[in-house]
Amino acid sequence: MTTINSARKRVNIANFLLDHAMILIILLLAVYVTVRVPAFAKIPNIINLVKLSAARLPMALGVAGCIILAGTDLSGGRVAGFAGFLAAVFLQASGDAARVIAGGQPWPVALVILAVMAAGACVGVINGFCMGKFKLHPFIVTLATQLMVYGSYLTVSNSKQIAVNSFVTNPMFEVSGQPVPYYVLMAAVITGIIWVIWNKTTFGKNIFAVGSNEEAARVSGVNVLLTIVCVFIMAGALYGYTGFIEACRIGNSGPTLGLSYENDAISAVVIGGVSFVGGTGKISGVILGVFMMQLIMTAMTFLGISGGVAYIIKGAVILIACILDMRKYMTKK
Amino acid sequence: MEEKKDVLLRMTDISKSFPGVKALDRAQLTLRAGTVHALMGENGAGKSTLMKCLFGIYSKDEGHIYLEGREVNFRSSREALDHGVAMVHQELNQALKRNVMDNIWLGRYPRVKGLPFVSEKQMYADTMKVFEELDLHVDPRTMMSAMPVSQRQMVEIAKAVSFHSKVIVLDEPTSSLTEQEVEHLFRIIRMIRDRGCGIIYISHKMDEILQISDEVTIMRDGQYIATKPAEDLTKEEIIRLMVGREMTNQFPPKLHSATDEDIMRVEGLTAEYSHLKDVSFSLKKGEILGVAGLDGSGRTELLENIFGVATRRSGKIFKNGRQIRNKTPREAIRNGLALLTEERRATGIFGILSVRENTVIASLKSYVSGLFLRDKIMTDKTEEMIRAMAIKTPSQKTKIRSLSGGNQQKVIFGRWILTSPDILLLDEPTRGIDVGAKYEIYQLIQNLSKEGKSVIMVSSEMPELLGVCDRILVMSDGRLAGEVDADQTTQEEIMTLASEYA
Repeated sequence: MTTINSARKRVNIANFLLDHAMILIILLLAVYVTVRVPAFAKIPNIINLVKLSAARLPMALGVAGCIILAGTDLSGGRVAGFAGFLAAVFLQASGDAARVIAGGQPWPVALVILAVMAAGACVGVINGFCMGKFKLHPFIVTLATQLMVYGSYLTVSNSKQIAVNSFVTNPMFEVSGQPVPYYVLMAAVITGIIWVIWNKTTFGKNIFAVGSNEEAARVSGVNVLLTIVCVFIMAGALYGYTGFIEACRIGNSGPTLGLSYENDAISAVVIGGVSFVGGTGKISGVILGVFMMQLIMTAMTFLGISGGVAYIIKGAVILIACILDMRKYMTKK
Repeated sequence: MEEKKDVLLRMTDISKSFPGVKALDRAQLTLRAGTVHALMGENGAGKSTLMKCLFGIYSKDEGHIYLEGREVNFRSSREALDHGVAMVHQELNQALKRNVMDNIWLGRYPRVKGLPFVSEKQMYADTMKVFEELDLHVDPRTMMSAMPVSQRQMVEIAKAVSFHSKVIVLDEPTSSLTEQEVEHLFRIIRMIRDRGCGIIYISHKMDEILQISDEVTIMRDGQYIATKPAEDLTKEEIIRLMVGREMTNQFPPKLHSATDEDIMRVEGLTAEYSHLKDVSFSLKKGEILGVAGLDGSGRTELLENIFGVATRRSGKIFKNGRQIRNKTPREAIRNGLALLTEERRATGIFGILSVRENTVIASLKSYVSGLFLRDKIMTDKTEEMIRAMAIKTPSQKTKIRSLSGGNQQKVIFGRWILTSPDILLLDEPTRGIDVGAKYEIYQLIQNLSKEGKSVIMVSSEMPELLGVCDRILVMSDGRLAGEVDADQTTQEEIMTLASEYA
């Protein structure tokens, strides 16, 4: 009897460790780096991590919705790139010699944000409609649309670099002398809104239901097509917003803005436990995932590991995260 | 006095054809308020097709459906639900990664007054109210996937009740329930019945039917046979009505090629992840061994376990006296076994590949010379199979999905024959195939046995087992309930064995 019990206990402990393996691995990494380079756990680096995470979080939240639908979205990076360009154009000072639109005044920041989010949402409409209506896999739909978006950007912008400046990167307050910019607060607000949408609205519940069992949702009277389209609209709008923030943060918009952001976002979301199986995911997981990604990259820098090796480690982390995740959903025969 | 009760649902002269099969032929059903109405028939008798016509999953070719006297024609399950007609499917259609109450109110979440938010509080209260009425003790916040199938079933019934349904269809509701859970289910059924609902109860289990139902409608081959009050019926009478069909030359003469020599022996086979338990039998060289049983009795699992598709917990397999492992299908094929799977479309054919590629796929190794496959040999072998089995195909390059079901099946037979197996495991080899092609498949099986190959054949159609096999194993709830001589037994005897542990 006791042997059976202890055997079962061992299995339970093993399961617990496997279920939380990702977090444990990353915590161990953080501890290791801190021991090697104590500055890693000091305020400046932590604030830096928060800032980087806040900039990338909105895109991750957008793509997370698509993944909960058992889909994906590759258009994030290019939409952000285009949105960054639009924001730069709208924000150019009236006297700027390089002004793209002749004459006129710079737009108010709030309007610029709404405009770039709307632009992103338009791409989302196409993505969602093609997935929901024509039953295309979103991988291929968004692979195509991101090309079109990038092409449009290059055509319109002539690959020009435009300087961007906005108050959102100004310090809101300081923590031990380290400035915390406004966009950190904005990211928190957006995260709160998305949390409410996911957890408190019919639309949010429908997202999870469609991702978990599309047929069950349909026979229960859920408008599946509309749900899918709205998820991609939301995603597109968030990519647009990310583009704006990134352009401001970096200080200019150019052809490489947003490059491979979608990969970082998808990786972060997967590390955060949003499964490609569909129907599962939490906001807290996405936040954690984004933070972990930034933490890993920063840790590499602190340890002085070269870019090449950093990529290898990043790739390995994603792979392990997926293997651990799939473990939960395997049906055994 | 029962005659006085109102007719809730009436389906008259419902017909439905699929290519090559008449699934329903002027079927009918009359359900009265406050009664439990059992719908019975063999697998393939048309019960589920009739229900799918009711819910608009299939559109009927002919016939009328009246709900409380008004003609209706539902186009979707949701439309039926809105009219108070609900179905609890055998394979529960639920969002497993969501909790209980999310599933119950999916598609109609209660709102917080004046705000665009879902009211979790309201939802919780409404769910608890339904559960209390039904005496269910389930936390509405439990994750669906964390509950046993029996509870998920109860939740589905609660969902039907929450729609204030007048007609509730239960499809094989007890197949995964324990005796106590069945008792509870029956209490719930009686409770809803006494409120004036009509319940259509589809089941194979005679005892349950006689216990719970007021009336019984029996179907056979897509046709309506009879509707009788349950108290006038006995188990024997129901079986007689269900299987009483005439058999005229549907089968080629049996060749009885079985020798005395055991080719395979299975001892105590038990599956790791299914209910297959302690199955032992032996197979003779040249024998055609049938496997009978109800849906879910473990027939497919038996074949999958022997072939190494499913994981074995314990048990031994011997071939020609030597123990074989068959841990994977690859190993099983090397040991001279072949498995023709149940779902031809899903796990049999490679739809967009040609007839030739479909034929040679399992025996590619024998066409390699040097580094490459030799087209010539593959073409010759395919031609040989096409001729030997009279496969009707325009050419070897035709995509297999454009052939008829019977010809597809013959291609798959050809595929396995090219691996020169000693033992063929056939899972529902004639499912979805028209009558003429069935005869040819039976002929093929007889010829294989004459060549000294042994066959294990799973089938839901009892006449087929009786008409083709030498010996029949009867499965019941994952166990072997008995073994009968196909020439001596009757359908009634098999049916009785099949319900032994059910």
